[in-house]
Amino acid sequence: MTTSTADLAAGASRPTDPAAEARDERLRRVSLVARLMRRPELGAVAGLVLVTVFFGLTANPAMFTLAGVMTVLSPAAQLGILAIAAALLMIGGEFDLSIGSMIAFAGLVFGALIVVGDLPLLAAIVATFLFAGLMGAVNGQIVIRTRLPSFIVTLAFLFILRGLSLVGLKWATGGSTQLRGIGDKAGQGVVRELFSGQALEGLFAWLAQANWIAKFPNGTPTVTGVPVGVLWFLAIAALATYVLLRTRFGNWIFAAGGDPNAARNSGVPVNMVKTTLFVLTACAATLVAILTVLDAGSTDARRGFQKEFEAIIAAVIGGCLLTGGYGSAIGAFFGAIIFGMVSIGLTYTSFDSDWFQVFLGGMLLLAVLFNNFIRRKATGER
Amino acid sequence: MTEQAPLIEVRDIVKHFGSVIALSGVSLKVSTGEVLCLLGDNGAGKSTLIKTLSGCHRPSSGEFLVEGRPVAFSSPRDALDAGIATVYQDLAMIPLMSITRNFFMGREPIRGFGPLKWIDFDLAHAVTRDEMHRIGIDIRDPHQAVGTLSGGERQCVAIARAVYFGAKVLILDEPTSALGVAQTSMVLKYINLVRAKGLGVIFITHNVRHAYAVGDRFTVLNRGKTLGTYAKSGIAMDELQNLMAGGKELQAVSEELGGTV
Repeated sequence: MTTSTADLAAGASRPTDPAAEARDERLRRVSLVARLMRRPELGAVAGLVLVTVFFGLTANPAMFTLAGVMTVLSPAAQLGILAIAAALLMIGGEFDLSIGSMIAFAGLVFGALIVVGDLPLLAAIVATFLFAGLMGAVNGQIVIRTRLPSFIVTLAFLFILRGLSLVGLKWATGGSTQLRGIGDKAGQGVVRELFSGQALEGLFAWLAQANWIAKFPNGTPTVTGVPVGVLWFLAIAALATYVLLRTRFGNWIFAAGGDPNAARNSGVPVNMVKTTLFVLTACAATLVAILTVLDAGSTDARRGFQKEFEAIIAAVIGGCLLTGGYGSAIGAFFGAIIFGMVSIGLTYTSFDSDWFQVFLGGMLLLAVLFNNFIRRKATGER
Repeated sequence: MTEQAPLIEVRDIVKHFGSVIALSGVSLKVSTGEVLCLLGDNGAGKSTLIKTLSGCHRPSSGEFLVEGRPVAFSSPRDALDAGIATVYQDLAMIPLMSITRNFFMGREPIRGFGPLKWIDFDLAHAVTRDEMHRIGIDIRDPHQAVGTLSGGERQCVAIARAVYFGAKVLILDEPTSALGVAQTSMVLKYINLVRAKGLGVIFITHNVRHAYAVGDRFTVLNRGKTLGTYAKSGIAMDELQNLMAGGKELQAVSEELGGTV
């Protein structure tokens, strides 16, 4: 306190004074471990290393070839897109249990617009996103206005949307629970290539030519490209991490989840932030729906079944606290990759793939215990 | 006080919640460079009064003047814009967020253009470190979570934030109620510093000792009414204590316990 008055008198308004520099010097002595411990995604990175070592020891080496990596990344990408959105929402202090059903419902809307409504692909995509965004906003508004736990509100929508998907499918197909012919009617073109098939084929052909990657005797690479879903996944992970850590909206997400009243008192538009996050999760579900429906060419009522739980598990493995206010998007990214590795990896080992769910539950439990421990470390828990 | 309009003045503020009369005619004023202590026991209406002053509630009737002009706030944001900053008991701090993120919460400094706007963390960290240093809190690292700070330090961060963002009047809601002796003196010292900068402070407490340590004037609330306002020179500490507790009863208990209450 004695120095403070002196500083005040001296009018120390320069942003960096010598004392601050000196404190920075002292900071170097904070151990690397302690600093790493403060990162929410540490658990997910550690988990990824653990899982990689496990499969490195037990799995067929084919898993770690380029082709093997692509088979792992494909399901990881689909889940990851959901998990990143779910992670942002969880950091914002809410859950969305309806995302799995939202995939089925968005798939139905998308398919019906193309097959029954005869809409061009781009129009169908835009309309489906608008519709899903509206559903997300409805979810958010109900949660905000009633102040009910989002767990219950979105649990209701889990069943409502799943049921509506069934009803709608039967209406659109005249009694079947599968809507076919979407892939054929969607046509080809730039828009289609953005949402289905593979990308970077030129790059892979060039890499094969230069002998950087494996190729068939005729010169075509064994892996012809990256599934577009994987690129969406990478782009969304990067964007979400940037928004969360570097922008004002990101700070508001942490604040809204950490303590909504404190955030409101500080002028954070909490309701707007939460509604936006619900819209984003619904849109993430829609993106996954469009990607998978275009790849399969059809949609059915079981699409996205239990994806809401998998997304939340990936987010928790990625370091999100169930109570909100803490977590990371890049953690959810790694969480989804762990998920993909375990689900695909078991087929490369001599283990029965029925062990998948056991493995998954174990990972989840470990992650929660670990996160709890880390959070106590991070805050000093006085 | 007479030549210049007070920063905040309320006259005969009344607030009903349905059939409950929370405030039934409260008057107070606070001027620049002055600490007004608002004293009252539980249920006296302190919280309702603060929430009215900070824009959370609208008064049912009565006058509310800021720098001589009548105002009607419809949200805490309006009050903030008028220079009235409230530091709530629950601190409006988020334990899991870093000091910097808390300090700038809701008012993040922005760089960049169009949709590509990002928080200027260089500036934010530097300002946070600087402001903390100025009030004598040696933070090791502006990235550290607020949860790692002590209660007194958190309280000081909350006050520093309000001062930095240009508050003219600070409303402090029982800032010392959960603190130990050393921490309390840290906060009281800081209140002194804030007064020296020319801000008006409304210091809500039910601890007469803390109030007497920094207060210039004392307004005592009881059952939704102002019992009176006294200058420090016009009232002794035990008189204040008796007034606040409604007089005789407490005195009797105090004598029973050998004068320790």
